Amino acid sequence: MSQSNTSAVDYNMTVVRQFTVMTVIWGFVGTLVGVLIAAQLIWPALNFETPWLTYSRLRPLHTNAVIFAFGTSALFATSYYVVQRTCKTALFGGKLASFTFWGWQAIIVAAVITLPLGFTSSKEYAELEWPIDIAIAVVWVSYAIVFFGTVVKRTTSHIYVANWFFGGFIITVAVLHIGNSMAIPVSMMKSYSLYSGAIDAMMQWWYGHNAVGFLLTAGFLGMMYYFVPKQAERPVYSYRLSIVHFWALVSLYIWAGPHHLHYTALPDWAQSVGMVMSVVLFLPSWGGMINGIMTLSGAWHKLRHDPILRFLIVSLSFYGMSTFEGPMMAIKSVNALSHYTDWTVGHVHSGALGWVAMVSIGAMYHLIPVLFNQERMYSIRLINTHFWMHTAGIVLYIVAMWISGVMQGLMWRAVNTDGTLTYSFVESLTASYPFYFMRFLGGVLVVAGFGLMIYNMLKTISAENNSLKKVEVA
Amino acid sequence: MDYGTLRGFFALLILALFIIIVVWAYSKRQKSSFDEAATSIFEEDENKDNAPNHKVTNKQETNNNV
Repeated sequence: MSQSNTSAVDYNMTVVRQFTVMTVIWGFVGTLVGVLIAAQLIWPALNFETPWLTYSRLRPLHTNAVIFAFGTSALFATSYYVVQRTCKTALFGGKLASFTFWGWQAIIVAAVITLPLGFTSSKEYAELEWPIDIAIAVVWVSYAIVFFGTVVKRTTSHIYVANWFFGGFIITVAVLHIGNSMAIPVSMMKSYSLYSGAIDAMMQWWYGHNAVGFLLTAGFLGMMYYFVPKQAERPVYSYRLSIVHFWALVSLYIWAGPHHLHYTALPDWAQSVGMVMSVVLFLPSWGGMINGIMTLSGAWHKLRHDPILRFLIVSLSFYGMSTFEGPMMAIKSVNALSHYTDWTVGHVHSGALGWVAMVSIGAMYHLIPVLFNQERMYSIRLINTHFWMHTAGIVLYIVAMWISGVMQGLMWRAVNTDGTLTYSFVESLTASYPFYFMRFLGGVLVVAGFGLMIYNMLKTISAENNSLKKVEVA
Repeated sequence: MDYGTLRGFFALLILALFIIIVVWAYSKRQKSSFDEAATSIFEEDENKDNAPNHKVTNKQETNNNV
């Protein structure tokens, strides 16, 4: 189909294909582990009295699998694809791109082995021990060389905005990972953080929140700025807004971390800075969301026929929702109610399942046919079914967590007239059970949707070249 | 100059830079090159095959108003 085009530029699509397939598979695996631990919270016997199946060891496996296996594979795939297409040149570095694929998958396998065995640095979203941390740094620097090398040797004069977001994400994640993972090894699989006390906590959440801000936001915004216009078949609503969006977002996000440490040993002024910066962050977030959604202005009818576009646009709605919820929860008085409750868990999942997963799923459904020489996915109806299962799953999940979170917050702070606590902790836990079950059901729907996606993907890949023709809709 | 004052100046410098970026991005001079950049992602489709391409022609009309 694109013979004349590919002969002009010999794009490296092999590595994009590899990352794309693994994205879908890791999406299924990561959410499946999530459902297992959600079930363990209702039926604790599901750890089968085995140390490596306990909640404490599987929870970091779940977060690492969805963020670094699923999400980051999606970012590798789309950034390698977009940078080649928009710079009109093949990937820089030859075999180095292939090294990033195999290196990254090896790191994921190492995580799958070491986390259930109990090896952990106990830093949230950075649990992997020091030898794996070094491997991550090596692969990440290679990723930066491949990406920026490609940008440098581009044949176009302009660098398309998606690449700015991808580039910002790659640089910042390198700085965050290396900064936060500084540790003194005491044995092959044990190390202690270089930082101590409140400084360690601040480093951890400087890393943690910017992993959200750059890996899970800036990177996926890069994806959004390419795949939303492509799937909608119209240019982005406002290119100038996208430039202001980029600079505002990257200069503000880095300051928001302290909102994870409200009412702790962190100095009050640092908490207040974190709160104010988090509230200001609302502006660039919504600027970007509006820019994405308004790209459809004048073509809203496309949403009716195109479930892929629906994935992309609904992902932006969830992005808008969680970036309103986030600044609100960062306000100290709101945080006093929400912190340590299930509300936080609900917020994370409306961002992760709503924004990150939906924009990735939409981008993958767009990419898979392009990469495997088809005009469309094997079944559009299955994409539609997946969309509704995923959406229903998220709604069940976040509504359950909102209710149980606010309930927990209210129960924990309730005091009798004599100043004693009205409820014991266990009473709040018992009250949460119905909502844990509702969350479990939502999770099952999400995993089943990923199952459909794997089937649809395998059918598309195994179909004869160019046998799946585009269906024109009125 | 102590460290606090220095950081105050640095914050003002960043603010000024940001304002310059906004003014630059919204200046009339940049409009045509930005429109070009925004539509550049569709170019690869144009010379893709012989089938007429119906998509690329509908330019984002809202772009003219912002």
